This record gives sequence, C-alpha cells and structure tokens, in this order.
Amino acid sequence: MTAGTGPAAVAVGDQLPPLTVRVTRGQLVRYAGASLDFNPIHWNQRVATAVGLPDVIAHGMLTMALAGRIVTDWIGDPTAVLEYGVRFTRPVVVPDDDAGATLETTAVVGEVDAGARTARVDITAKFNGQTVLGKARAVVRLP
Amino acid sequence: MDAAFAGRSFPFADPYPVGAAKIREFAEAVGDLHPLYLDRVAARSAGHSDVVAPPTFAMLVVARAQEAVLFLPELGLDFARVVHGDQRFVHHRPIVSGDLLRSVVHVDAIRVAAGNDILSLRTEVTDLAGDAVCSAYSTLVSRAAA
Repeated sequence: MTAGTGPAAVAVGDQLPPLTVRVTRGQLVRYAGASLDFNPIHWNQRVATAVGLPDVIAHGMLTMALAGRIVTDWIGDPTAVLEYGVRFTRPVVVPDDDAGATLETTAVVGEVDAGARTARVDITAKFNGQTVLGKARAVVRLP
Repeated sequence: MDAAFAGRSFPFADPYPVGAAKIREFAEAVGDLHPLYLDRVAARSAGHSDVVAPPTFAMLVVARAQEAVLFLPELGLDFARVVHGDQRFVHHRPIVSGDLLRSVVHVDAIRVAAGNDILSLRTEVTDLAGDAVCSAYSTLVSRAAA
C-alpha cells in the first residue's frame, strides 16, 4: 500500500475491511528475535505447559501488532495512528504445525471528531471464535 | 510488592538508538512490509527524515527501561507470575531511524485486586531535544500464588 492513500470519507459505523492472519511457531521465533522478548512460553512447549498454559502462546505484543494492521492497512499511513491500546484478555495458542493459529480481525469506526480530524476505531480480534483483546482501540488522524 | 514505589520515577540511563535495520526486522516479524518502514526514499517523500517505525515498535524502546524497574529487588515483584494486562501507546510524533530516545518510567499506581498485585507504569519517551515522542501506558499483573 502506498503512503497517503486512505478512506475518502469516514463516518461512525463504517466497517473496515476485515483482516485474517496466520501465526505460526516460526513467526513467534522471528518476533522473539525482533522484539527481544525471549520468554520461553512463546517458543518452548515444555515451559509453557509447566506454567499451566495449554501450549506455546503468541506474544501479546505480536497479537497487538497483527490486530493493529487492520487500521494501518485502512488508513494507508501508519504514522496517522496517534493512539493504540489493547487489553490482553485471552492467549492465542499456537500449535506445532504448519497452519499455526488464525487471528480474525474486524473493526468499526466508533467515533469521529470532525474538528480535530481524528477518528476512533474499535477493533475485535478473535482466535477460535473467542475475542483475545479487550478495549482494542486506535485513534487515527484522518487524511 | 512495595506500595511505596507508587509515584516514583525512574529515568533509564542508556538512550535507545533507532536503526533502519531493526525497524525492518520488526516490520518483517509482524508481517507488514509498508514502504514507510522499509524504503528511505518513500519515507522522505512523505516528509519523514528516514524510515518510520511501526506503531508498536515503541515497546522495544520502553521494555528495557521498564525491566530495569521491574527487576529492582526492593520492588518485590515475583517476575515468574507477571502477565501483561494491557498496553497503550500515545504517539506524539512518529519514531524514525536515527532517533536517540530517552525513557523515564513512572510508577503511576500499585494496587491489589482479587489477591493480584497490579502495577500501572507510564513510560515517557523523549528525543535528545527533550521533545515528547511517545507515552506508553502498561499494566502488569502479578498473579496471586495458587
């Protein structure tokens, strides 16, 4: 996508194009290296199950980044994201196979501030039909 | 945890140098190959001094400063039981390659709920000129022993 493109007009209730992404064990290792978060619950099944998790889980910050992409893909310019916040409510369990876990993301415009030229986008991220993020919201500067 | 830590601030001594290679590595790891993250020419033509960092890249800058506080023995945090409860970034300007970023961690609150210790941190990230770059709000939950 080219920087600077984005929605022509934005209104409360607008649905953003949905985004589905897969998360594999390989991607968890890659994110561990990039983020320098080497907590073994994100790559070692033995450690994950020993602390009571069903299996290896994705980094919350990776889930946050993947879910946020629904907003940056839509607005076109990632520097238009003025605020982005989430609560981590459920883990994304990533099996040791080629398919990995599937994260399904939808989003809707929750509020538009015409004076400030900003909009609040409310994001829903689901894994296995259950939400994994709470109060996932971004505030973007409108083009 | 020692509730007397609430209200205290901890400047992190070692500024974070933002580099294009790390931004590329991070963008590839989150599977987003937006040209503003990867292409200096595209970033400059969009008005930035160099490639920009994805919105959650700020955690890399903030995490080191936070960990320096979380590992203070006087705080009394049992790190093995800590989970990340929530995270919010307020971006005052984009983070760009070439930035040298300072972080100050503020312990906004320490409270107990349902036996869990809940720690609210706010990390203020500034550039070398002292201008605000990002405010990062993190809630960390130390789960009660079973």
